[in-house]
Amino acid sequence: MSKMSFENHIMKQFDEELEEVRTRLMEMGGKVEQQLQNAVLAVTEADSALAELVIKEEKYVDEMEVDIDEACILIIARRQPAASDLRLVMMVTKAVNDLERIGDEAKKIANHAVMLAGESTSSQGYTEVRHMGKSVISMLNNALDAFARFDVEAAMRTIEEDKQIDLEYKTALRELATYMMEDPRSITRVINILWVVRSLERIGDHAKNLCEQIVFVVKGKDIRHQK
Amino acid sequence: MTQAAPVTKKKPVSKTTPKPMQNLEITDHQATVGKCFADNAKMTMRNVNVFYDDKQAIHDVSIDIAKNEVIAMIGPSGCGKSTFLRSLNRMNDTVDICRVEGQICMDGEDLYSPKLDVVELRARVGMVFQKPNPFPKSIYENVAYGPKIHGLADTRVDLDEIVENSLRKASLWEEVKERLHQAGTGLSGGQQQRLCIARAIAVSPEVILMDEPCSALDPIATARIEELIEELSQNFTIAIVTHSMQQAARVSHRTAYFHLGRLIEVNPTEQVFTMPEHQLTEAYITGRFG
Repeated sequence: MSKMSFENHIMKQFDEELEEVRTRLMEMGGKVEQQLQNAVLAVTEADSALAELVIKEEKYVDEMEVDIDEACILIIARRQPAASDLRLVMMVTKAVNDLERIGDEAKKIANHAVMLAGESTSSQGYTEVRHMGKSVISMLNNALDAFARFDVEAAMRTIEEDKQIDLEYKTALRELATYMMEDPRSITRVINILWVVRSLERIGDHAKNLCEQIVFVVKGKDIRHQK
Repeated sequence: MTQAAPVTKKKPVSKTTPKPMQNLEITDHQATVGKCFADNAKMTMRNVNVFYDDKQAIHDVSIDIAKNEVIAMIGPSGCGKSTFLRSLNRMNDTVDICRVEGQICMDGEDLYSPKLDVVELRARVGMVFQKPNPFPKSIYENVAYGPKIHGLADTRVDLDEIVENSLRKASLWEEVKERLHQAGTGLSGGQQQRLCIARAIAVSPEVILMDEPCSALDPIATARIEELIEELSQNFTIAIVTHSMQQAARVSHRTAYFHLGRLIEVNPTEQVFTMPEHQLTEAYITGRFG
């Protein structure tokens, strides 16, 4: 069952519908990935125009979520999917939710980028954002790749990456606390950065959820909340 | 849903060498995968082969049906599910060219033993068919016929009670109590099918076999029968052959998948419809062939 195929239904239309939601989920993943990259860049480059763009484009992510959910509901109503088809449809409805939340977090990061850009030109704290941003962008990219290929091993490897991100988050918190203690005038600014790394950490969790859903589609095993 | 009867996972007693289940190719389906056997089996079938002349319709099927379970048998047309079902109460005896080999037991008693009274067997293992087939008699007579010939009622009062109880169990009493002496054939299709179920349960069977009981009915009548199956499973053991996979998913505790006369997979229904063990089951229930 490791090789997933959502083709060869007697009803060709069903093949097309499943392919359609898969493609649209990948498109949404691509859009969310771009939003995240831009949001992180907006912080580290103090680019408020780019941040505004991220905030403006968030609505497209929301629209995609609603559209894909609707397509899934139609498939359930029309086709009564079973087994791997059912698992795929259920996975997609959950995955769009995670992707939409990642989009929300990217928008939050962009909001903080606008505030940071307006405050000062100090680059204190940006190293942490750049570092964590890179890990999280790579993790999301790996998760979407694993989904495109239904690759369980890649998904499991990507789940492990979340541990590294959690570690980086803790380290970043310690460093940011040090900045605040060293220079209380930086507190407002550092708190903004703190919210940014918090959002990055949350995005790592959502990417992990995506990977767990890939395992569910392929193996039929629910590996959530397992130690 | 009532709790599915506990089933144990054992290797089927198969003459062929069981293959490792993960590596089965689509053409190789000798061994049954899943949970074929039950601790509290009502019926046990071992190495059953059924032939029509020299054509083999069922190949080496071994399975248990547990007490009070509803087991659904699904598979593409011609896969042998109805043939197998009919061999469980020797309905195949009426087909001259049909030959059944292997062991079919109920409560440990061999149903193909020459000493066995087939008429009595069919009272113990009742059957409901695809098309409702009430006798051309009154509703009352349809239900009372079985208990009368099997001598289950001594008095008219006893018989009335059996008829009422059976019609109640078949959820038909309220609809027909005012016209018990009108013709059974005058009822609607769904009502006729429930009348046939009432007729089957009037002789207090232990097992009820249903061969596509809803395929001639509209969705509302189908829903009534499905609800009835759920209720009947409290007192009876039910084996149902159905072409509707959704129906199997809704009413049964375990599902058995047949393919080209072989039993491919038996597993708890919730598993079969979410994570089937065998590729062929997966392909069939996701609508890739049928």
